[in-house]
Amino acid sequence: MLNITKDLKDKNLVVGLEGRLDTTTAPTLEEELKSSLAGVETLEFDLAKLEYISSAGLRVLLSSQKTMNKQGKMVVKNVSEEVNEIFEVTGFSDILTIE
Amino acid sequence: MKELKIDAKVENLPKVLEFIDSELENDGCDMKNQMKIDMAVEELFVNIAHYAYRDKVGDAVIRYEIEGNSAAITLIDSGSHYDPLAKDDPDVTLSAEERQIGGLGIYMVKNSMDDVRYEYKDNKNITTIVKSIN
Repeated sequence: MLNITKDLKDKNLVVGLEGRLDTTTAPTLEEELKSSLAGVETLEFDLAKLEYISSAGLRVLLSSQKTMNKQGKMVVKNVSEEVNEIFEVTGFSDILTIE
Repeated sequence: MKELKIDAKVENLPKVLEFIDSELENDGCDMKNQMKIDMAVEELFVNIAHYAYRDKVGDAVIRYEIEGNSAAITLIDSGSHYDPLAKDDPDVTLSAEERQIGGLGIYMVKNSMDDVRYEYKDNKNITTIVKSIN
């Protein structure tokens, strides 16, 4: 289960993720972002309620990062200790801007 | 030793992880290790679901055992011969632009587990991950 919330103010989009970002839920997020990123200059992921991320989820974050590198910036906030460990293991902590 | 035999389909991933999580919780595994183990099991199971039987549906066996202070989880399929450990590691020092999307999964498994073993025996792919849980 993954709940996605979006909050767009001007050109800033905050995407909140709640639940599990895995092989079964990552495609939903990918679709959601595909239709939301046009014109966005700051993309912020709020991961406070994200319980789990797998490589399928990391792939979506990486492709969002690539998109945002072209049109603005992306930050990742409120990362739990568990999720942060996954970022560390994969070198994602160097790619993402974690605040 | 506990075992789950299930159709190797991506839709069954939640059932596989439920099985693993309930065993890990019983054995007092903390959240950090549980997430790493789930991630590794997901990677291996999804690989089997996608590639082992090509267009057909076959089954996967997921076996859970305790070895000392560690959980040992074995995934077995009878699909085509495939060694997940044979792949080269991706370069994780590259920037977002240079990084490829994909190829990350097995690397994550190798890096987050204490041990990963693979053998091909009796026409079966047998992959075991081992992780200390307390």
